[in-house]
Amino acid sequence: MVNLIINGKRQELDVAADTPLLWVLRDHLGLTGTKYGCGIAACGACTVLVDGQPVRSCITPAAAVGGKSITTIEGLSAEHRHPVQRAWIAADVPQCGYCQSGQILSAVALLSAKPKPTDRDIDEAMSGVLCRCGTYTRIRNAIKHASRLMAKGDVA
Amino acid sequence: MNTSLNLDRREFLKVSAAVGGGLLIGLYLPGRLEAAAGPHTEAEFAPNAFLRIAPDNTVTVIVKHLEMGQGVYTGLPTLVAEELDADWNRIRVESAPADVARYANLRWGGQAQGTGGSTSLNNSWEQMRRAGATARAMLVAAAAQKWNVKSGTLRTENSYVIDTNGKRRASYGELASLAATLTPPADVALKPPRQWKLIGKHAPRKDSADKAAGRAVYANDIRLPGMLTALVARPPLFGAKAKGFNAEPVKAMPGVKAVVAIPQGVAVVAVDFWSAKQARDALRVDWDDSAAEKRSSDELLAQYRELAQQPGAVVHRAGDIAAGLNGATNKIEATFEFPYLAHAPMEPLACVVRLGDDACEVWAGSQLQTFDQATAARIAELKPEQVTIHTLLAGGSFGRHANPTADYIAEGVAVAKATRALNAPIRLMWTREDDIRGGYYRPLYVHTISAGLDKRGRPVAWQHRIVGQSILTGTPFAGMIKDGIDITSVEGAANLPYAIPNMLVDLHTTQAGVPVLWWRSVGSTHTAFSTEVMIDQLAVAAKQDPVAFRRALLKNHPRHRAVLELAARKAGWGKPLPKGRWRGVAVHESFNSYVAEVAEISIADGKPKVERVVCAVDCGVAVNPDMVRAQMESGIIFGLSAALYGEITLKDGQVTQSNFHDYPILRINEAPRIEVHIVPSHAKPTGVGEPGVPPIAPAVANAVFAATGKPVRRLPIRI
Repeated sequence: MVNLIINGKRQELDVAADTPLLWVLRDHLGLTGTKYGCGIAACGACTVLVDGQPVRSCITPAAAVGGKSITTIEGLSAEHRHPVQRAWIAADVPQCGYCQSGQILSAVALLSAKPKPTDRDIDEAMSGVLCRCGTYTRIRNAIKHASRLMAKGDVA
Repeated sequence: MNTSLNLDRREFLKVSAAVGGGLLIGLYLPGRLEAAAGPHTEAEFAPNAFLRIAPDNTVTVIVKHLEMGQGVYTGLPTLVAEELDADWNRIRVESAPADVARYANLRWGGQAQGTGGSTSLNNSWEQMRRAGATARAMLVAAAAQKWNVKSGTLRTENSYVIDTNGKRRASYGELASLAATLTPPADVALKPPRQWKLIGKHAPRKDSADKAAGRAVYANDIRLPGMLTALVARPPLFGAKAKGFNAEPVKAMPGVKAVVAIPQGVAVVAVDFWSAKQARDALRVDWDDSAAEKRSSDELLAQYRELAQQPGAVVHRAGDIAAGLNGATNKIEATFEFPYLAHAPMEPLACVVRLGDDACEVWAGSQLQTFDQATAARIAELKPEQVTIHTLLAGGSFGRHANPTADYIAEGVAVAKATRALNAPIRLMWTREDDIRGGYYRPLYVHTISAGLDKRGRPVAWQHRIVGQSILTGTPFAGMIKDGIDITSVEGAANLPYAIPNMLVDLHTTQAGVPVLWWRSVGSTHTAFSTEVMIDQLAVAAKQDPVAFRRALLKNHPRHRAVLELAARKAGWGKPLPKGRWRGVAVHESFNSYVAEVAEISIADGKPKVERVVCAVDCGVAVNPDMVRAQMESGIIFGLSAALYGEITLKDGQVTQSNFHDYPILRINEAPRIEVHIVPSHAKPTGVGEPGVPPIAPAVANAVFAATGKPVRRLPIRI
């Protein structure tokens, strides 16, 4: 039995303690916005926030995050209104879209730590999330746009 | 009510009332009428059209192509919306079912439904605009009837018909059911370009919001009641077969429902992915590798280099190559080597299969829907029409989903068949290791080029030999092989645009047990490299500037020349660079689109770092310029991964790499600044999904050549 707090909701789950958080989210809770890409923390598609920090859910045993606050893409905002999501949509960042949950949550964590990130900050914070479609140029622009939205207090 | 008539001998229009009194329109190809109408006698309920207008004034556009990131769910609706004068915000997108009668790729002779070769916009250009224009004409006619006025007094805007005299307006939704009762016009005029409101302008992507919200649905997101997850243990060597396996202990593991042999290997079926993964890890399979490919990449390369010494099958001949080479005052010979490459889309392959007694449903990012359907039917022992293909979004593909053998769907259906007793839908998943080691690679190639300059530095001879496996052999596309030449092996080399009087291009098609497949830009992934690197060497040997040298040889190819000049100008070609920066250029046509790229690099830790790329593209009409830019950005990053890292190697037949740690792709900190410039054009649009890829590797290699003086002759680039 594992106790998790996911998107503000307490969940008690009958899963083996070593089941990776990714598969608890996807296969047990149906939160399929978190993606499987590599299973070895090499691509970042499975990134979720644990107490606000980006974590690779594919190698994180569910039991290791018991009692901590887990945010998935589904819990980031209602109707994709988070400024990072709005900036993403405004710039038409996604192509295939598969990595974008991991990208967006990583950007959210970056902006909460560094509200006005430099290019170097962005590169450092985002380099662990792979995008095979190559949306990197737009990710950089969207993060800066989101930063401006948040600075204006436009966080609807 | 159904009405039908000939549109213009080539197309057949069918109009019917849709569910809820909407308007349903589709264009059918000649000779396919029976197939189109046959199973759909109640056509109004059939999802067999290109657009549907609902009473709530939404327009649903049915897209026959796979959306894998390239933007086809936006591009094709743009064409419909333009001619329909529809409100872009009220357009929805739906994927078409597998049906060659209605949804064939018109560039593939109408023989198959599928997405590839950067053909989606090109083959849909008239079809989708005509579908929109016809619907618009009928909505106008319906309003004219309703208001008892002449059609000529009405105009359309943002999904409304507006009476210019009487100040009345009616939404398309209000008019849909009446429009559906009318006879469609015999022909419709399409807007002249000056009237375009969406084409050539910015229309935001239809899928960005869902993708930013984690709501976009890919195959491995499908959840059906009672669904089980299957992983397949495949042989470590290509061509090996399972002899036996430890079924019993694995079957006893938690959550495991079945361990079964299928033609591709041994499948474990469990309640969820993690149970299936642990069970597969515990599975021990005894493989018979007597018929397996056991060579290493190094052995293949050595054999290919040997073959390259002998003449091959002639692909293209002009002038007298022997005389040209003999008469040259300066000769350069080079051998180029290209590794196998995996596509590695971010979404590993997956499909969901529900197999019943007389029906089979498949959920997948299906890229060759009618082949996938036929393969599923064959394995399920059903007729193709008993197989429903639900085409979902693909989390990238780059060619991987366009497998004529439908390999992952074949596996899914095989597992469903072998576990029929469980009566459960099967979600077949591949791990990343399965993906990297699973074959269907861009083939390994060796090229040789011998070229000669005359005493004035003009190229007078060009002999290009290509050695590698054929992609088309053994597939339903094998008919494209002419006189032993697989065009996908030589495209980009066979049609070298440079004016050289004596030319010979020939080919050795090799046999190897490694499954191969097209990989974003196909033949041009290697031919653009060898040709553009060699041209740079000739320019240097002729003591000429690489851009000026190319320009002089492209006098009969104005579109190549225009993109070359535009990219060079925007990149500041010829202007001095800061210390430690170098430039390289390449230009290449693929899939009838023309792209030139100038790469600016620095060198750090003995490796090139690409700082900036300036790209110029001529793809005819840029239907959505921002998506053209996005696809060029995408192609450049994708091509850079191959240029700097991409390499699948075999050791005694076994794939060395397994995941992103040893098959790296570009990361954001390595991504250059990219500028894209689009050549204005009124030519029919051509593709942009692939053509951005080919020039980047040679442009970077040419920058390295400028930096080091040593030409780069293998990929990935090693200084």
